[in-house]
Amino acid sequence: MSKTIKWEYSPAPEGTDHIKLKKQYELFIDGKFVAPNSGNYFKTINPSNEKMIAKVAEADKTDVDKAVKSAKNAYEKVWSKMPAKERGKYIFRIARLLQERAREFSVIETMDGGKPIRESRDVDVPLAAAHFFYHAGWADKLEYAFPGRKANPLGVVGQIIPWNFPLLMAAWKLAPALATGNTVVLKPAETTPLTAMKLAEIIQEADLPPGVVNIVTGAGKTGQAIVNHANIKKIAFTGSTDVGKYIMKAVAGSGKKYTLELGGKAANIIFEDAAIDQAVEGIIDAIFFNQGHVCCAGSRLYVQEGISDEVISKLRNRMETLIVGDPLDKNTDIGAINSKMQLKKIESYVKMGTKEGGSIFQSSCSLPNKGFWHAPTIFTDVSQSNRIVQEEIFGPVLAIQTFRTVDEVIAKANNSPYGLSGGVWTDKGSKIFKVTKDIRAGVIWANTFNKFDPASPFGGYKESGVGSEGGIEGLSGYVDLG
Amino acid sequence: MSERINIQKTYKLFIDGKFPRTESGRYIKWVDSKESTLVNICRGSRKDFRNAMVAARKASCGWANRTAYNRTQILYRIGEMLEGRRDQFMAELVLQGLTKKQATAEIDSSIDRLIYYAGWADKFQQVFSRVNPVSLPYFNFTVPEATGVVGAIAPDDTSLLGLVSIIAPVIAGGNAIVILASESHPLCSITFAEVLQTSDVPGGVVNILTGYRSELIEHFSSHMDVNAIIYCGNEGSDRKLVETNAALNVKRVVHFPEQNWSKDQHQSPYHILKCQETKTTWHPVGV
Repeated sequence: MSKTIKWEYSPAPEGTDHIKLKKQYELFIDGKFVAPNSGNYFKTINPSNEKMIAKVAEADKTDVDKAVKSAKNAYEKVWSKMPAKERGKYIFRIARLLQERAREFSVIETMDGGKPIRESRDVDVPLAAAHFFYHAGWADKLEYAFPGRKANPLGVVGQIIPWNFPLLMAAWKLAPALATGNTVVLKPAETTPLTAMKLAEIIQEADLPPGVVNIVTGAGKTGQAIVNHANIKKIAFTGSTDVGKYIMKAVAGSGKKYTLELGGKAANIIFEDAAIDQAVEGIIDAIFFNQGHVCCAGSRLYVQEGISDEVISKLRNRMETLIVGDPLDKNTDIGAINSKMQLKKIESYVKMGTKEGGSIFQSSCSLPNKGFWHAPTIFTDVSQSNRIVQEEIFGPVLAIQTFRTVDEVIAKANNSPYGLSGGVWTDKGSKIFKVTKDIRAGVIWANTFNKFDPASPFGGYKESGVGSEGGIEGLSGYVDLG
Repeated sequence: MSERINIQKTYKLFIDGKFPRTESGRYIKWVDSKESTLVNICRGSRKDFRNAMVAARKASCGWANRTAYNRTQILYRIGEMLEGRRDQFMAELVLQGLTKKQATAEIDSSIDRLIYYAGWADKFQQVFSRVNPVSLPYFNFTVPEATGVVGAIAPDDTSLLGLVSIIAPVIAGGNAIVILASESHPLCSITFAEVLQTSDVPGGVVNILTGYRSELIEHFSSHMDVNAIIYCGNEGSDRKLVETNAALNVKRVVHFPEQNWSKDQHQSPYHILKCQETKTTWHPVGV
């Protein structure tokens, strides 16, 4: 076997001199930036160097109530009365403004969340703009989305989003809600609030009527206040299955609607007749994209027995070439872990995996001293019942198993309470259709992985969630069909 | 000559295509309004429900994999069988308090509803599937897929039409179902099971239990292998219980308030979608 060539890369840091950041961010309520009721602010730090970037307002119940009032008022007096095509134009405007300021948003996203600039520049920000663009056009065409029915908006929608794709998740939530005629109170995650607050600036610049979008920052308690608010008609949540279940219980009997995008433990299945090099690249994309902080990450790898040695050896070689380090460097493949808490969780799972008898391999990259880092990690010699195979780790940790037959691997893939996504690698078309049909999950990538588009519905089966986001199916969560 | 003695029917449960008595050995005494007829209805138990769930899970995959055309024909067949047994349902509906005219209307609507959904079973996927124009060199398509096993609490105020209106869209969509029949009007549900059993519906696809709502609703909603739960009724506390228990394994929850089921607005392909998942598949386009 040929020796892996060691490539040296000169640093290629993305400039930060062009970005505009305030020292302190307020709440965005009724079209204005206002100080929080409590006067409390929390710090948001750069996870790659642990330096504070800004202080951010912490919204309490009173602030949330104010935001809901403003959203209700805007819904009743302005947004629901506006012709749909005009509503659409506002959303188009937001899309355009976001495109114009894309680089600034990418840099801030990378600083606040730790993801490589390559990803925030090429994936997060352009996709966020695309989401606004796609949904803007739906505003005055909803009768074609739901044949035979009239789509009525719900009113005030509460949206709670995670820290793994902060701006993109804001776009996933806001765009369809606004296009269908709802007004919004949105809460970004406490570790990554900055791009949402920058988006609030864009919303202000776009002259969106005050109160149509309100953004309140804070942690779990702020989210709780949104979930339990009597005037909110629907909760849209992306995050862990545990919190999703909490929300289901909290809104039980209230008549509130909900869509939930929850956890996952996707099976990525490599058959002997796959194009092996492409599949190896796919395994890398599936588990190491965004440091593995992806609910649909391909975190369970199933390799058909005959090719397992070859695949694992190629995978190890490829892992050695991954560049782990400064997220702002354009060469970086793997950035910082989003928070100390998440890093601890990942480390505890890795320990557990070893303790349970798994064989660990980590790339020999050197990790920076400051900040939160985790080397790309794979486990072999694990079985279905191991916790690292069953539970969502949400980090760059892959559990590898082998299989012999199609039926066996489908049974193994489906042996999970989750059902968000899955991957299949084979050059045989009929096998693709068989396996993609039999995997009980909402998004299946065949000969690819981790691809997203505003026109493509995304959502989970089983404990991975309720409802879809994106495409026509994504609209249905924001309307009552009359 | 002495008068001929009638053979009375024993009302049992319908599980896995068979008619077992409740394993609990319990019964509910049911008498008609004139107190001239007495029937012992099975008081279904948690264990009966769990048995039904095992049967439903076993049957669900095969049913989902039947061709759409085949499911359409089987639903149509249920309609045919019901049409052929009108007299029996007429007698039971009258016994449960309807006038002959009302009973005729209920039977007509029930048959028509089955035919309506029979016609959807091979079309809803076509109507609600899409090819999505993604901005990448990929072929991307979305199809609805059966959720799996559905637990349902049937409407209480109708004996036949409510039951049929819940079952038909669920099985047209390729799901299996375990349904708790109306507590106050239980007779037709078991007779409807006889219709199902002679209609080529595979055993386990539809399972019908009788019993007390207040006892069984907890088990229906908390069972960890139920994928979706349908609750029909206006009881706020029941609804809250169902929705709270649904959180245990993230069940899809469908609620129908009490309503006049004979209205056309209560039949819709959107009812089929309530127990469907959305699957999106990506594949690269290239050489």
